[in-house]
Amino acid sequence: MQVPAQFEYERATSIAHAVQLLGKYNGAGRLIAGGHSLIPMMKLRLARPEVLIDINEVAELGGISRVDGELRVGALVRHTELLDDDEVAQLFPILRDAEKVIADPIVRNRGTVGGSVCQADPSEDLSAAFSALRAYAVVQGAETQRIVPLRDFFVGPYETVVGPGELLVELRVPVRTGGSSAFLKVSRRAGDWAVGAVGAAVWLDGDVITEVGIGLSALGARNFVAVEAEDFLRGRSVSADVLGEAGRIAAEHCDPPVDQRGPADYKRHLAATLVTRALQLACRRAGREV
Amino acid sequence: MSDTLEGTAHGNGSAYGSQPRKEDARFVRGLGTFVDDLALPGMLHGAVLRSPLAHAKVVSVDASAALAHPKVKAVITGETLAQRGMAWMPTPSHDTQAVLATDKVRFQGQEVAFVVAEDRYAARDALELIDVEYEPLPAVVDARQALSPDAPVVRDDRPGQENNHIFDWESGDAQRVAEVFAEADVVVEQDMLYPRVHPAPLETCGIVADMDPVSERLTVWSTAQAPHTHRSLYAQLTGIPEHRIRVIAKDIGGGFGNKVGVYPGYVCAIVASMITGCPVKWIEDRSENLMSTAFARDYHMRGEIAARADGTILGLRVRVLADHGAFNATAQPSRFPAGFFGVFTGSYDLQAAHCAVTGVYTNKAPGGVAYSCSFRITEAVYLVERMVDLLAGELDMDPAELRMRNLLRPEQFPYDTATGWRYDSGDYPRALAKALELAKYDDLRAEQAARRERGELMGIGLSFFTEAVGAGPRKYMDMFGFGMADGAELRIHPSGTAVVRLSCMSQGQGHETTFAQLVAQELGIGVDAVDVVQGDTDHTPFGVGTYGSRSIAVSGAAVVTVARQVRERARLIAAAMLEVSPDDLEWGDGRWFVRGDEELGYTLAEIARVAHSSFEPPEGVDAHLNAVTVYNPPNLTFPFGAYLCVVDVDPDTGQVKVRRFVAVDDCGVRINPMIVDGQIHRGLADGIGMALMEQIAFDADGNHLGGSFMDYLLPTALECPSWELGQTVTPSPHHPVGAKGIGEAATVGSPAAVVNAVMDALRPYGVRHADMPLTPAAVWRAIQGRPLRSDVAIT
Repeated sequence: MQVPAQFEYERATSIAHAVQLLGKYNGAGRLIAGGHSLIPMMKLRLARPEVLIDINEVAELGGISRVDGELRVGALVRHTELLDDDEVAQLFPILRDAEKVIADPIVRNRGTVGGSVCQADPSEDLSAAFSALRAYAVVQGAETQRIVPLRDFFVGPYETVVGPGELLVELRVPVRTGGSSAFLKVSRRAGDWAVGAVGAAVWLDGDVITEVGIGLSALGARNFVAVEAEDFLRGRSVSADVLGEAGRIAAEHCDPPVDQRGPADYKRHLAATLVTRALQLACRRAGREV
Repeated sequence: MSDTLEGTAHGNGSAYGSQPRKEDARFVRGLGTFVDDLALPGMLHGAVLRSPLAHAKVVSVDASAALAHPKVKAVITGETLAQRGMAWMPTPSHDTQAVLATDKVRFQGQEVAFVVAEDRYAARDALELIDVEYEPLPAVVDARQALSPDAPVVRDDRPGQENNHIFDWESGDAQRVAEVFAEADVVVEQDMLYPRVHPAPLETCGIVADMDPVSERLTVWSTAQAPHTHRSLYAQLTGIPEHRIRVIAKDIGGGFGNKVGVYPGYVCAIVASMITGCPVKWIEDRSENLMSTAFARDYHMRGEIAARADGTILGLRVRVLADHGAFNATAQPSRFPAGFFGVFTGSYDLQAAHCAVTGVYTNKAPGGVAYSCSFRITEAVYLVERMVDLLAGELDMDPAELRMRNLLRPEQFPYDTATGWRYDSGDYPRALAKALELAKYDDLRAEQAARRERGELMGIGLSFFTEAVGAGPRKYMDMFGFGMADGAELRIHPSGTAVVRLSCMSQGQGHETTFAQLVAQELGIGVDAVDVVQGDTDHTPFGVGTYGSRSIAVSGAAVVTVARQVRERARLIAAAMLEVSPDDLEWGDGRWFVRGDEELGYTLAEIARVAHSSFEPPEGVDAHLNAVTVYNPPNLTFPFGAYLCVVDVDPDTGQVKVRRFVAVDDCGVRINPMIVDGQIHRGLADGIGMALMEQIAFDADGNHLGGSFMDYLLPTALECPSWELGQTVTPSPHHPVGAKGIGEAATVGSPAAVVNAVMDALRPYGVRHADMPLTPAAVWRAIQGRPLRSDVAIT
């Protein structure tokens, strides 16, 4: 049987306590929330934390709220909570679309939004969705709290700006009217990681795109976003050609990894297809048929 | 959607029919007993150190640091085993397999050492303390390169083995095929790969071995589909006399062929128990199961089909390159190196057929036929059904019409095939017609035409299969030298309840229910009055186990036979009780009664009570109601079916959605139709898995790319449509109740239907063929005319 190497266990009771424990173990401690990435890695002995700091009982890290024109999603919010929240679905359909296709109900019951983002897996769906929405990450350290745009949050695969003595507290998404969003994913099977996934958010003034966010997962997009395609779209009128061109631009700037989910040419084609389709769906939801 | 049973001569009575499974009462409560549930006093835990390399010399194995671990009790290496003459073990295919590597490692994941510790955590920790020095060798991964002169030789341990060739095997008449091909108007040729897949039972393999040093008896609890064969092999390996070895299989969480063979971990646990004097448990983890235990398929095939312009199929020629991995350990009746692949003529009336199969060694895990395959019929059916569809495309004929034109006709049974098989019974056109009717085939074709007009890709795929199950006649088939007959023992208690002992072993098929129904039906007693005992070599008669859909076909026949023997004994006793001649008695409604006077008679329970009393039985008749038998099947049984699959394909993403699946199965008389339907559901899901997502590929260094359930995908309910089942019932003429096996039919028949449907959808692009699994990337690449290979890493 796969069993992890030996580790110590601590249970944090507050954000401050968690930060204090992180400092106490000075880089040797790993936070555990839902554990759906960390525990399998520990069983395979790919991860060997000396100490697990359990934050599952830190109530301050939970909850979804709307404060000052922002949607705030606590780091400990379970996938299933985000999926089931009707206000979230109404404000940002992209999030419900994404949550519907993340893993399976068992994972969603336990896995957390913060854990997904902090894992920084290049194939993770929420990283793309929240990046498309230009969310901010609130990161708490021993002395200070930082607010980091999610597009600056990811350093590379499995690496974020969260330092060894810090933890992610919540994600904040600015709420703006006049737009909508969508998320599409292609996988080999329900519950599998994405072969490719794309989230798109658009804000329209009549036909004109005033702001747009495009997030890509598993397709080798830098920081999970298609900046060049966004720049192309901003200020243009919505049309099938324009959205098609945006897909082409996004694909051109992707560097998809080659693995058993597919070769690079396929994934690049998929990026173009999904970007165009996600934009179409977002526009349609915003009241503009393409 | 069920027909009434046809062929009523073959027992359709009250004991048959759908009813809940007896075993589910414990399973739904979580009260099954699986190997890992077993905890014995003083039990130690084993873990296997495996090779990270696919091919390397083992220079040295240093276990001193592991042995110094405070919780480690022993470390077994190849050297330890070699001293006992146990470093190698025989395979079911007359080859040998390393238990623990001594000279070389030959596949990634091969067993190198075995640690025994006080708990499973310490055992795993200690694996990291063993220092193995390897000298890497180039690996041969691509079966197509295995026979090239510069390929590294995998099996240099075998005297005289100078390349990677294992066998050449032929079936059919090459000359006759050449003649019919010469007369043909059309010949279609296609290369296709049936990729390497894995049975992936939800319970992995495992064992608890307990050698009692005082009684010198070895007790083994394990996940064995074939407990008696395992016992004999353990006796041969360890030198412990067979009567002092007891193999017990309690509940097994799925097998699909994966648990037929003996694995190195089992042997190591037994040796560990012999060395330490303590019981030793070893439970395989998921990656170990996927990377090192019996895989299936890996057949590179070239088919050629010849026909007249009117669609009359004349002949079939097949060339196969069979990748058997590092050790030829395929578990199948040994007379045919390619198993039952000779059934590749399928369900059609061919004048000539010929196949030639070459087996090769590669640096991949051994195994070969496991996974619900009836010993290679899965590959054979896939091949012929793809070829028929390709022919239909070439002739621009409807594939249903082409099949109907060439199917065997009912009056041709029993039918002798061009490759030497005798099909027992069938009405193939009826089954196909039924499937087309259930699916509303004409409407589907009309819908497809309309969708094509709109640029939408919809595909309709058919497959018709003939299975060959119930191995098998002793004079043709054996496993490890054991003939494939099955024993059965039946004992009626004084009160008229019964216990029947089987030689086969359920892994989820519902033996406890179905076999009780068989006995109940023959003796006119309640199904609940029959207990079924299986999976314990001390308490069951000899037999070669459950696989190849052989339980009902062979063991079931044994049980019916033994029940009829008991019924005949009861007749003699009843006759004495009634003071009439046995010839004057008639059996009906569970009673022996005097012909012409139904009031005068006794039930089995009444007879049993008397048979155990002071009543003096007639001269020459034993008292009590017990019997023992061995059933040697005169032939295989040949279930068949017609499947139809409807898919929708997204040309831009390559995603395939299986919209409908219609399955008409004929497995002869159905004992418990609910269980039969369940077996079919499982096999259909299997088919979708193999067709669309399951595969084990290897990179150029021989790294296994399917070693977890993140990489090796099993289908979920979301990929499966609501199955639409139909049936016809054509009893087997030689089985005592007319039953044929059903365990694997759907696995055999369904992949071709799915692939045919996807290829039908892609017809507007001129796509003829793409290999499984038809992942989104594979479908899109097929449309681009640059198909992916599914046996090697995607680059």
